[in-house]
This record gives sequence, C-alpha cells and structure tokens, in this order.
Amino acid sequence: MLDFFELVQKSLPTLLEGTFVTIKLTILILALGLVLGLIIAFFQTYGNKPVRLLAGIYDRIFRSVPELVLLLLVFYGLPNIGFRLSPFYAAVLALGLRSAAYMAQIFRGSFMSVGSDQLTAAYSLGMGEYKAFIYVIFPQAIRAFIPPFANEYAIILKDTSLAYAIGVVELLRHGQYIIAVEYKPLPIFLVIAAIYFVLTFGVARLLKMLENKLKIPGIGV
Amino acid sequence: MSDKPLLRIINLKKRFGDKVVLDGISFDLNKGETKVIIGPSGTGKSTLLKSINRLVVPDEGEIWLGDTEIVRCKNINAIRQQIGYVFQDFGLFNHLTALENVMIGLTKVKKIPKKEALERARYELNRVGLSGIEDLYPAQLSGGQKQRVAIARALAMDPKLMLFDEPTSALDPELIGEVLAVMQELAESNMTMLVVSHEMGFARSVSDEIIFIEDGKIVEQAPPEKMFKDPENPRTREFLFKLSELYGEG
Repeated sequence: MLDFFELVQKSLPTLLEGTFVTIKLTILILALGLVLGLIIAFFQTYGNKPVRLLAGIYDRIFRSVPELVLLLLVFYGLPNIGFRLSPFYAAVLALGLRSAAYMAQIFRGSFMSVGSDQLTAAYSLGMGEYKAFIYVIFPQAIRAFIPPFANEYAIILKDTSLAYAIGVVELLRHGQYIIAVEYKPLPIFLVIAAIYFVLTFGVARLLKMLENKLKIPGIGV
Repeated sequence: MSDKPLLRIINLKKRFGDKVVLDGISFDLNKGETKVIIGPSGTGKSTLLKSINRLVVPDEGEIWLGDTEIVRCKNINAIRQQIGYVFQDFGLFNHLTALENVMIGLTKVKKIPKKEALERARYELNRVGLSGIEDLYPAQLSGGQKQRVAIARALAMDPKLMLFDEPTSALDPELIGEVLAVMQELAESNMTMLVVSHEMGFARSVSDEIIFIEDGKIVEQAPPEKMFKDPENPRTREFLFKLSELYGEG
C-alpha cells in the first residue's frame, strides 16, 4: 500500500503534465468543433440546395468513420499529398472535424427547439433578424444546447486518449512511459482513469449546475 | 392628414401555390375605429392581418399606414414598432418574466432607458389588470393572463394600430371574458383596432363595422346593427346564423 502511494506521488507530476496536454487537446478540439459545427449548422439550415447537400455529405462522412481511422488518415495519410502536421495538431484536426459534425446536429436541434412563434413575435415588435436572434432565439436555444454539449464534451475528452496512437504525448502516453520504467501498470492506469473521471465528471457537474441555473420557472418541472 | 384613414388597404392579393388566399381586399380603418373581421377558417383573415405588418408579403396591392406604404417600404422594422400585434397563441417570450416581456421592446427596439421602460411596463401591466404577476414566467401564467401580458407588451410600444388575430380562440371559456374586457376598454379609449374574432358579443357592442370575408373576398361590410338585423348577402345571413348557433346569442 505504501508502495502505491509512493509511486503515485512520484509519478503525479509527470501525469499532471500529460493531463495538461490532454486539456489543451480537448479545448482546441472543442473550439474547432464549435466554430465549424456552427458554420455547418448554418449551411444546413439556411443554405441553398448544393450547400445543404455538401453539409449533409460532410455530416454523414464524419459521423460514420471511426475516430482512430480519422486520426491515422490525417497523420499518416495527408503527408502523401504534401500536408504534414505534428501529432498534436493532427489529433486536433482529426478529432475536431469529427466533433464538428456532431456539434452541427446539436446546434441545429437547439435552434429548432425554439418555436417559430418566438421569432414571429420578435419581428412583430420591430426587431430585425439580428436582434431577434440575440435577445429571443439564442437565450432559449442555449438552454437546449447545454445537455447534449456536456455529452459531446465528455466524448471529446475521452477520445483525446486515442491521440496516443499517433504519438501525442498526452496523459495516457505519459502513463505508459512511467509503466515502462516502473513495471506497475495497475496503480498507474488507475490514477489515469481517476484523472479522466475527475475531468469528465467535474465539468459535467458544472454544466449541470449551469443548466439548472438557466432553467425557466414553470417549464420542465 | 385628418380626413385620411389611418389604415387603407387597396386591392390586396395573395396566393399560396394554387390557392388564392386574398383576392382583392380593400377597406379603410379610421383613427379610433374598431373593425371586426369574421369569416370561415382558411379564408384569409390571418393572412390579411399578417400582411399588414408584413409577416406575410402580399403579391399585389397596397397597404397604407398614414403616409407610408407597407408592402414595398424599406424599413419594415420601423413600421412594425407602430403596429401592435396580438397572436392567437400569445407569442410571449418563454425565457422572460411578464415584466421583461413588456420591457424588451422598449429597451432593445426603442432604446428607452431601463428605468423608464420599467415604469412603463408596470403601468401597462397594471392597465390590463395584472399588477402582482410581474415576476412570473409565461409558463406560470394562465392563458388569459398570458394574452393580457401580450396586449400590455404591444401597448407599451405606443402603437398607432392594434391587430388582434383570434385573441381568445386558444383560451378556456371562463378566461375569454377577462381578455375581451381589456380589449373593450382599449376600443373605448379610442385605440384603432382591427380584430379577427368570432366573439359576436364583442363585435356587436364594440365594433364600428363588421367585415365578413370568404374565399379571400369581402362579402359584406356593415355596422353591427345592420349586419345582425338585416344583412344584404344571404351568405352573410347563413354564416351569422351558424355562429349564433355555435356561440349562443353572444
């Protein structure tokens, strides 16, 4: 038992270094997913036919190909056409492109959850499209956005461990390095699992609190 | 300006695909008048109202609000601020309290300082008999209360004209009275109102004229006494008879 704590204490700084990389990966993937997802959602909702079709094809492809295949494709495949990325940015790109397809669906769903009567009422007060979106649509859509977003966040965080496969030195790989030296897989993997758990569960709790705070009285009680 | 009607509709036409919804509607509404539009469902009453603040764009015709033509005007948002619109299904903003619902048009569209807007919103809620529910959300209000908040929200914008699109048809029977009472008071205070409704009691006691529309055309328009006692068109007679059967004497 003492061994266990000693080992954890000794390896924690290295693991936290890896955790930092994992968090950085997660944030960048989230950012890419959010921005690109919003653009795709916009195209799918308001675009003309060819644009909608393109957005639809994007959506289908990135929701149908496994993350690991995407990672390998971007990191090992793209250099063949002269597009070479570091493992870290290859992971951001591959996982971010995948996430964008899901985020687009989340955006679409949350905007569509706001009834068209809300928009009509906003127009009737003399609001233009921009004001109607900022003051009426967005504040209601964000409430529908949070729960599926929390879900997507958890998926992204956990999927960053796949970046291990293309050599990104994140949490899991830092752990592997320690195991390679210490020959003690169980405690190290347990600590790694615990760190993933805290990151996933902690942020999920925060988002849940935000969701409750934003709950509209009288609805969904 | 004085003898010009507040609202003048000239030969309004609209079709959706093959269906002709408005087929040459023309009428005037003077300042301070209340006119009630009746007619079978699907005959263009709502489309007519929506055309007036261009939530629907007519194919042909003109709509004049004072000196401004609405169908082709550039700044529709400025026009909409002058026209209060009350919807059948209330259209209250779900994420805002009753008070905030009334305030938002003042602060975000008219750019009135918050303190002033707050006072005005309280005044309007009080006017429709809703003091004390300022901080409740739409989902916590009854249908009648919701519709009165919606009326207060429209009134707060100082509209020249109020449009009511079947304001009581989504309400439980015992809640209709409170909304009609507010509308009656408004009409008596010389608000200019155009009301789509089958509340014949209201039409009879409040309106200056009843307009009967069918298949996108005005079949008959007359003051209520004439309309009820001696309608000219047999079709009007038939429709009014059916209404009275459905809703009682009214």
